[in-house]
Amino acid sequence: MNISKIIFKNNFYFFLILFIISGSVSAAEGTTFKNQKPGFSFEGPFGKFDKESLKRGYQVYSEVCSACHGMKQLSFRNLSQPGGPEFSVEKVKAIASGYSIIDGTNEYGEPIERSMVLTDRFPKPYSSKDEAKAANNGAYPPDLSLIVKARVDGYNYLYSLLNGYEEEIPEDLDIGDLSYNPWFPGGAIAMYQPLYDESVEYEDGTIATIDQMSYDVTNFLAWAAEPTMEERKKLGFIVMGFLFIFLILMYLSVNRLFKDVH
Amino acid sequence: MNHDYQYTPKNGFSKWLDKRLPLMRFADENLLSFPTPKNLNYFYTFGFILTMCLVTQIITGIVLAMHYVPNTLLAFDSIEHIMRDVNYGWLIRYTHSNGASMFFLAVFIHMFRGLYYGSYKEPREIIWILGVVIFLLMIITGFMGYVLPWGQMSFWGATVITNLVATIPVIGEPVLTLLLGGYSVDNPTLNRFFSLHYLLPFVIFGVVILHIWALHVTGNNNPTGIEVKDSKDTISFHPYYTVKDLFAYIVFLLMFCYFIFYNPNILGHPDNYIEADPMLTPAHIVPEWYLLPFYAILRAVPDKLMGVLLMFGSIVVLFFLPWLDTMKVKSARYRPLYKIFFLLFVVSCLLLGYLGAKAPEGIYLFLSRVSTIYYFAFFLVIMPVLSRIEKPLPMPIGISNSALDNSVYDSGDGIASGAPSYAMDSVNRH
Repeated sequence: MNISKIIFKNNFYFFLILFIISGSVSAAEGTTFKNQKPGFSFEGPFGKFDKESLKRGYQVYSEVCSACHGMKQLSFRNLSQPGGPEFSVEKVKAIASGYSIIDGTNEYGEPIERSMVLTDRFPKPYSSKDEAKAANNGAYPPDLSLIVKARVDGYNYLYSLLNGYEEEIPEDLDIGDLSYNPWFPGGAIAMYQPLYDESVEYEDGTIATIDQMSYDVTNFLAWAAEPTMEERKKLGFIVMGFLFIFLILMYLSVNRLFKDVH
Repeated sequence: MNHDYQYTPKNGFSKWLDKRLPLMRFADENLLSFPTPKNLNYFYTFGFILTMCLVTQIITGIVLAMHYVPNTLLAFDSIEHIMRDVNYGWLIRYTHSNGASMFFLAVFIHMFRGLYYGSYKEPREIIWILGVVIFLLMIITGFMGYVLPWGQMSFWGATVITNLVATIPVIGEPVLTLLLGGYSVDNPTLNRFFSLHYLLPFVIFGVVILHIWALHVTGNNNPTGIEVKDSKDTISFHPYYTVKDLFAYIVFLLMFCYFIFYNPNILGHPDNYIEADPMLTPAHIVPEWYLLPFYAILRAVPDKLMGVLLMFGSIVVLFFLPWLDTMKVKSARYRPLYKIFFLLFVVSCLLLGYLGAKAPEGIYLFLSRVSTIYYFAFFLVIMPVLSRIEKPLPMPIGISNSALDNSVYDSGDGIASGAPSYAMDSVNRH
């Protein structure tokens, strides 16, 4: 492979220079925009996901984002588990059965196609990375399972990005075929503006503004990146509460014990 | 606590056992009745805290290894499987990943404490040296552990750090190939790193036993730096220090739990949630926070080989500490000059940590060079010079006796309460 040659031949010096360059470039690139903070219900030590928003967020993902972005860490069963959107099992079964998958071959070596079930992963939009790139101007649409944890200030960034496409491009910026989004590092992003007012028709009747959809899908992706968050915060409260009581008892013990030590 | 105290088996079974395998006697002498200076402050609780950190890492690590797959195609997804589908997998994994940070935080405080109170000085040189060995093993283990999730930072961090080896003349490149199991970081690298990451904690455990053994031969140092003279100066380890250590550990655990439950990813890098891609270099390649000071030293030097040598030298120099600082007075409490230089040293280490995360250019590069020079000057120049010229403050006669020891100034050199009292102490105890 080419890369191994590069790494091996030029080894350390190559990387040292690379850091210095990449460091200075990204320092120069530093966006002047501070992420918008719409405020999410899952923030803070007692934060919980807004389940209605998660449900709407899934609808935005499945109707818009999933055309290009996969979520390979998620299975349909996750949609009904506690701490998530908590769709009913029947509903999730119905959602899953709307997709089909090639599952092995039959006795004649012919592929078996069946509809998806609860234990299947979300369907992949492309069969390979090359196909994904070819369909998207050479840019690979990243998997969204962990996108909120894979970006600095993940959910605020994502919300700002989705909500932040602008028509007017600064004069000094040449973006070529790309779109302009001031929240994206460098400003030129390969993803076209994905959301427009009424891009989806929400099942619960909420009006689908760009802002509302950005908020809902960000909620959904935050849950998808950390589906155990509610359980984590709940257990944390119990554990730290126990430790705090233990701490008081130990404090009294130490004081009493060392009272006579001079 | 009386130094003449002897363990006496109380019932038939313990008498029988004591003649064959004196396990109870060993536990009694080393864990329960062990005479410990009565004036130890909370900085002395980090030995216990570190032991608990090691045990936590080993237990969570063993469970993680049951679910983790050391294969470049599966490693990243197997971590997500642990986070999402394994029962309490998220708890075990977050404890392990944040536990590494807590382990290093505790070891830094432990080492600064040793530096401040002169715990590396005669007769405790071996304890200190074993401690530096543990620290070195911890760095290697921590680095290898960070590679296992096979995220972007895992891969590129591994690439950068292993390539340091190649700067060594002649043997560098063959050693690098052996280390990587090929010409670049790939599946063989991940396999051997996993194997070694599993092995090294048990090696650390072994060295920890030696570290504690050596400690129990000389006994603890204490904040005055004056050796224990008689039983009036000591209290038994149990219940006094078992309870005090446990109290400190719970305070530590509360902080640990804050990270596990409420901010589990703040100490890591977001890029490590992107699966490793050899074709895509991240904008910044940074190691974990606890390695940043060493990274800053590496990048402060314009010459690549010198950078690598200085980075390793910054740890190697610690081995020679007992012979660089020959001042008989141990504790910085009685060394007004050393105290100032020590505080500057702490500042330079923190500054190096900060600079390690910044691009090495402009003011950052200048500051990291200044800090690097101070880091080495502290050990190689300031310590030997202070040992000759510094005049210590008047010291008390002993831990229990706060009257000042005038012999310091009468004799003019060194301090009266040093080696002789230690000798007396050993006679008392054995």
